Amino acid sequence: MRRFSWFNTTSLTLGFAFLYLPMILLVVYSFNESRLVTVWAGFSTKWYGELLRDQAFLDAAWVTVKVAVFSSTLATVLGTMAAYVLVRAGRFSGRTLFSGMIYAPLVMPEVITGLSLLLLFIGLNIDRGVFTIVLAHTTFAMCYVSVVVSSRLTSFDRSLEEAALDLGCSAFEAFRLVTLPIIAPAVISGWLLAFTLSLDDLVIASFTTGPSATTLPIKIFSAVRLGVSPQINALSTLMIAVVTVGVVAASIITKRAAVSQARDEQAAIRAE
Amino acid sequence: MAQTVFAPWTDPDQKPIIEFRNVTKTFGEFTAIHDLSLNIYEREFFALLGPSGCGKTTMMRMLAGFETISSGHIFLSGQDIGAIPPNKRPVNMMFQSYALFPHLSVWENIAFGLKRESRDRDQIAARVEEMLRLTRLTKFAKRKPHQISGGQRQRVALARSLAKAPKLLLLDEPLGALDRKLREETQFELMDIQEKTGTTFVIVTHDQEEAMTVASRIAVMDEGHLVQVATPAEIYEAPNSVYVADFIGDVNILQGRATPQGDGVSIDWAEGQPPIRAATDTTFSPGQACHFAVRPEKVTIDVERPDRPNTFRGKVIDIAYLGNISTYHVELAGGHRMKAQMVNARRLANRQITWEDEVWVGFTDTAGVVLEE
Amino acid sequence: MRRFVLIAVPYLWLLALFLVPFLIVLKISLSDVALARPPYMPQLDLTQGLDGLLTFFSDLDFENFVFLSTDSLYWQAYLSSLQIAVVSTLLTLCVGYPIAYGMARAPREWRPTLLMLVILPFWTSFLIRVYSWMGILSTEGVLNQVLLFLGVIDTPLQIMNTKTAVYIGIVYTYLPFMILPIYSALEKLDESLLEAAEDLGCSRMEAFWLITWPLSRNGIIAGCFLVFIPAIGEFVIPSLLGGSDTLMIGKVLWEEFFSNRDWPVASAVAVILLLILIIPIVLFQRNEQKQREAEG
Repeated sequence: MRRFSWFNTTSLTLGFAFLYLPMILLVVYSFNESRLVTVWAGFSTKWYGELLRDQAFLDAAWVTVKVAVFSSTLATVLGTMAAYVLVRAGRFSGRTLFSGMIYAPLVMPEVITGLSLLLLFIGLNIDRGVFTIVLAHTTFAMCYVSVVVSSRLTSFDRSLEEAALDLGCSAFEAFRLVTLPIIAPAVISGWLLAFTLSLDDLVIASFTTGPSATTLPIKIFSAVRLGVSPQINALSTLMIAVVTVGVVAASIITKRAAVSQARDEQAAIRAE
Repeated sequence: MAQTVFAPWTDPDQKPIIEFRNVTKTFGEFTAIHDLSLNIYEREFFALLGPSGCGKTTMMRMLAGFETISSGHIFLSGQDIGAIPPNKRPVNMMFQSYALFPHLSVWENIAFGLKRESRDRDQIAARVEEMLRLTRLTKFAKRKPHQISGGQRQRVALARSLAKAPKLLLLDEPLGALDRKLREETQFELMDIQEKTGTTFVIVTHDQEEAMTVASRIAVMDEGHLVQVATPAEIYEAPNSVYVADFIGDVNILQGRATPQGDGVSIDWAEGQPPIRAATDTTFSPGQACHFAVRPEKVTIDVERPDRPNTFRGKVIDIAYLGNISTYHVELAGGHRMKAQMVNARRLANRQITWEDEVWVGFTDTAGVVLEE
Repeated sequence: MRRFVLIAVPYLWLLALFLVPFLIVLKISLSDVALARPPYMPQLDLTQGLDGLLTFFSDLDFENFVFLSTDSLYWQAYLSSLQIAVVSTLLTLCVGYPIAYGMARAPREWRPTLLMLVILPFWTSFLIRVYSWMGILSTEGVLNQVLLFLGVIDTPLQIMNTKTAVYIGIVYTYLPFMILPIYSALEKLDESLLEAAEDLGCSRMEAFWLITWPLSRNGIIAGCFLVFIPAIGEFVIPSLLGGSDTLMIGKVLWEEFFSNRDWPVASAVAVILLLILIIPIVLFQRNEQKQREAEG
């Protein structure tokens, strides 16, 4: 049995301290009575109360969630289609351009993506707001979804689809009954990724929004530009808590599934 | 008891269930199948045999509908199936990887094709039960594919592809993933099921023993051509080419020039060696180049010169002891080598021949075949 | 038909919302600023037919690019972006490598948990992670308080609003991008190779430099690109942690657009930023492809 060496223990401890201490401090100071962030004046949850009474924050949160739900769902549909095209459609004219357009947004600086979409919306005279942010987020998130889904599709045993066709499925039935259930985990993680990217995005949303729609990151950014604010600490704590619970739960579920699958396989081998 | 031998291919009145007529298949520049014609008859267990890349899998995928035909026609019961998509063909396939749907149970996997035909529930259930019984899987109906063993998975794949009672079942290397012992058992099981269901089976394999065991006829393929189509016994005893003789089993191949003599030929094949006398139906012109192929088990090895039409003197240089038989590698004068096999009917003690012994190898004039160049 | 729809829908979407907008940026970068709405000219007037098209093209010029090359502000911004990206990439490597190494050498049953701990911050808001350093680095911040309390320093350090703060921000937020590829390279490394090296007379340290380091090279290269490419165009980190003297091109573009409302210059800045990025992106793609070929 392998053990931790002192060197590895030290580097892991320091590394994870570096990764987590700033966030822990944020959480701790969100319960600080004092408005001065650096002085500990006793435990209090008053900033949470203030946050929840601040209509502007609540509105921004609502806009953000709306945008994230719409754009990630749309991005999942388009991204899955794009992945299918990339992996399965074979050759068609313009394929190189297509795969280029899938990969380019992944490395494109956000300022450029935001700027270019804004100029498009102005050129077309579209009123900017929730709708335009959804369009913008869908566009860059679908590329992430298609990368996640296409990596699953590449390792997918093609003969499963052929077997479905062989047994009388139409191409669409084969996708619905065989391909989709099997790649579902990748599609779901694609959706989650798109959802978080949308929740998180400041730059593209700033460019593509109008006066009618302010998202949470835009609100946070304008608040923290002026310095540390206890209300933002409280908000950050809530967001960290949600993500932590979500990720930990997801990883426990996948781990359980993997363990039970491994156990079944062992049992099947022994039974032989 | 007058049981007629199953040989529909010898009966000119029989209509083939499958007919390949001048089929060619190209992938870009590469031609996988060259102008190939072949008939397969109902209830046959037909094997396509050849090394990888010989075109056997392409043939099968064209039958299933996964590859289009570049030119020519394929008929199934007289109907041209070239334009019919795979999901509309009365043909099912058992995939090499089995392609069992991992998210469905054994029962649901077998019912999958039946549900596509919009039959009623009871009918589907009855048919699935029947298939489960046939493949001895009733106990495992509720399990998922990853919860059963490799041999059981193979049987699920078979049950699934047979459930729709196809006119034709295609099997792509069906036993390739099983270990040797299980493979032998399963071969007999396959033959048994084929007999019970009366379905025509076409199997693709690169394993010549497997093809010999299960098939009623074998098509030996090479680089997109059919080299020989015949029963296993014919393929083994009367190969029509050096390629087939060499591909199936162990063989001694000698090169020489034939001279007609009596019922057969006499072959000059090496300096200082007497010519080989062999019977043949083929007529050779004097001095025509030919090959002579003889299986090691038809070559005897003796210390004294035996009374046979063909005998050669040599020295034992290698012995491969395989348990039931031993193969002797004998070097003849002039450097030619010949393999001879002997059954080890007695136990160790009396084995007389050993390394470096001077021996005689011999065979009759009907032991081998003479092949044209 | 179905296949056509399947290809056409995502294709048209990307054409309309990725390629066309980018062509608009390219076009505006060649236009002149004007007091109009939208604030640039020429406008393409299709009602005049071919003549309109010809005047439109003859009015486009490289004036904005000439302007960028003469104004030292932009030169400095590009150079400083590059410098910050290079330095912070190297710093991220120095911090990330030991962590990835520690993870890959950890007991097997620990690894999934450690991996999750590295990925977890990636799911939390980028903005919040940058923000969390504002409370630590400021003159009255936690770091200065601790150092003052320990007596290491007498007067608070000015870290906030300097390049150092930007380095820290980039290292912190992009650390997972560095750790993950290096970890996956190190995890694949067969340990008997190290045993063989020691058996042949290497010390532990020599075995590391002769075996482990070269075999994790692909992970290191991938990690460096994954940090370097987004760091060049970074906007949030320099605007929250950097000061007025930390020039970065993403910030310049933002200000040119929102504060000066000079769209043609902002577009020209974007085009040049992209030209700078093309080199590392192409190199990165090549590296990935080479690796895929080596593995496939």
